[in-house]
Amino acid sequence: MKILVCIKQVPDMESKFKLNSEGNWYDNSDLAWRMNEYDEYAVEQAVQLKTQVDEADLTVLSIGPDRVKEMMKKALAMGCDRGVHISDDDSFKKDPYEIASIIAAFAKGKEFDLIFTGMQSQDRGSGQVGVLVAEMLGIPSITTIVDFAFDAGQITAKRELEGGIKALIKTTAPALLTCQLGLNTPRYPTLPNIMKAKKKELLSIPVAELHKVESKQETARMYFPEKRGGGLVLEGAVGDLADQLIKILKDKTAVLA
Amino acid sequence: MKTLLVAEYRDGKLLNSSYELVAFAQQLDAESAMFLVGAQSTLPAYNGTLYLADAGKYGEYNPAVHKQLLLDVIAKEQPDMVVFSHSSYGWDLAPRIALALNAAQISEVVDIVDGIPVAPACNSKLRRDVKAKTSQIILTLQGGAFGLEGAPSGTPTVVPIDTGAAAQVEFCGYEEAEAGGVDLSRAEVIVSAGRGIGKPENLAIIEALAKALKGEYGASRPVVDSEWADHSRQVGTTGQTVSPKLYIACGISGAIQHLAGMKKSEFVVAINTDKDAPIGEVADVLIVADLKEFVPALTAKIQAL
Repeated sequence: MKILVCIKQVPDMESKFKLNSEGNWYDNSDLAWRMNEYDEYAVEQAVQLKTQVDEADLTVLSIGPDRVKEMMKKALAMGCDRGVHISDDDSFKKDPYEIASIIAAFAKGKEFDLIFTGMQSQDRGSGQVGVLVAEMLGIPSITTIVDFAFDAGQITAKRELEGGIKALIKTTAPALLTCQLGLNTPRYPTLPNIMKAKKKELLSIPVAELHKVESKQETARMYFPEKRGGGLVLEGAVGDLADQLIKILKDKTAVLA
Repeated sequence: MKTLLVAEYRDGKLLNSSYELVAFAQQLDAESAMFLVGAQSTLPAYNGTLYLADAGKYGEYNPAVHKQLLLDVIAKEQPDMVVFSHSSYGWDLAPRIALALNAAQISEVVDIVDGIPVAPACNSKLRRDVKAKTSQIILTLQGGAFGLEGAPSGTPTVVPIDTGAAAQVEFCGYEEAEAGGVDLSRAEVIVSAGRGIGKPENLAIIEALAKALKGEYGASRPVVDSEWADHSRQVGTTGQTVSPKLYIACGISGAIQHLAGMKKSEFVVAINTDKDAPIGEVADVLIVADLKEFVPALTAKIQAL
């Protein structure tokens, strides 16, 4: 069985973001980078599936500059067998259609039985890449899964809908699944597995070999949202802050009256 | 400008989010038609053409089949824009349509400024203006960003539609949220814990403040996903929608999905070490402090009142 999991490196969302000089994306320097949170669930599900079935081969793929290889090593240490790094310093400029086309160009003809992705990235948040890859490959896809089971080529998944409702969906492999938070509990790589991961194959492919399409959209401008007026910001010693807040709650709400 | 609005139907009901699409078209002063896989018995209040496929026949969720039904209508209507809600239905179906039409899709649109869609980035810390390079564009709209003013009205002109497209997946029904737990929608005070509480033991200080204020405690998604709190405590798109008199968000950065669940609160206090956290956008008061120190201090002072 062949499994592919696609992951992205994103900045820690707690970062102090700055804008780049073109004003069309955030500045990539001075950021702490990590694996896109949704993708951690995708990696974990792929690893769990590999453990469940015999003779599975699990490839992890990521597009980006050299620094993404650090994050890919984490995926290898979690249990992926090999890494494919599509080397691209300008991946942040590419739209979801281009990114999906690159992944589909890589996956085409390789006959992956299952492909896992996160449901969206934490930075761009378009939520399109997984579905587009599946459509380009002509395979079914199920988005936003919070439960997954595989048995003899049959996939049973639960999609998360609004308001705490789930939908039970079945399909057959090959298929693509986009993973939602809470699907599983992503493991921490153990030290022996981190050591083993260093010996695993991590192949780099120049993006030009796979990138053959043009974008359909562009980020014309990126900026900080305007602060809503009227909100009070309080700083200082904890005890004083508590007194100030109690006064405000007495004045403005009936809660402490 | 001509738009095709993709309404939603679930579990036998038309979803209210469908009317936000109507509000969006009105805001753009655009001509519109509507598409729905639903039922004749629950038609939307809408003045226009409604292309209606039977959910009984085609299923409420069936991406390949719904895609073909929609593509047939698009071929007939030739809209400039196809508009979905940014929902489990919309974000699943929209990319399929975008690829089939060779069109740009812009997701989670929160605004249109000078004709250009605006989308959030990085957990709403940033915004971006997104320019489509294609003439036809597909949009998904963030819930609540384009609210309808006044009650919807009208009677649609129904055009029944059919397809012979084959399904790729099988929809086997819904699983409702577990019964029981707490009904936060009735609470007058909610103190919610976010990722910033750091570890499950710290939930106790949130509970203590909630108790001192005679309210309930809630939680953001990461806290529930970590199983530190029960799902019935979750506030947000996939949890409960709340409207208390006072909402205190502790260590919650303010992801859109959380904000959507609590923005109807009358008075919002946020406690966060990050002054720039997006929760600040909806907070009446933002206390810049470590919740582990501030919350117990506040609780003690309230108890002493």
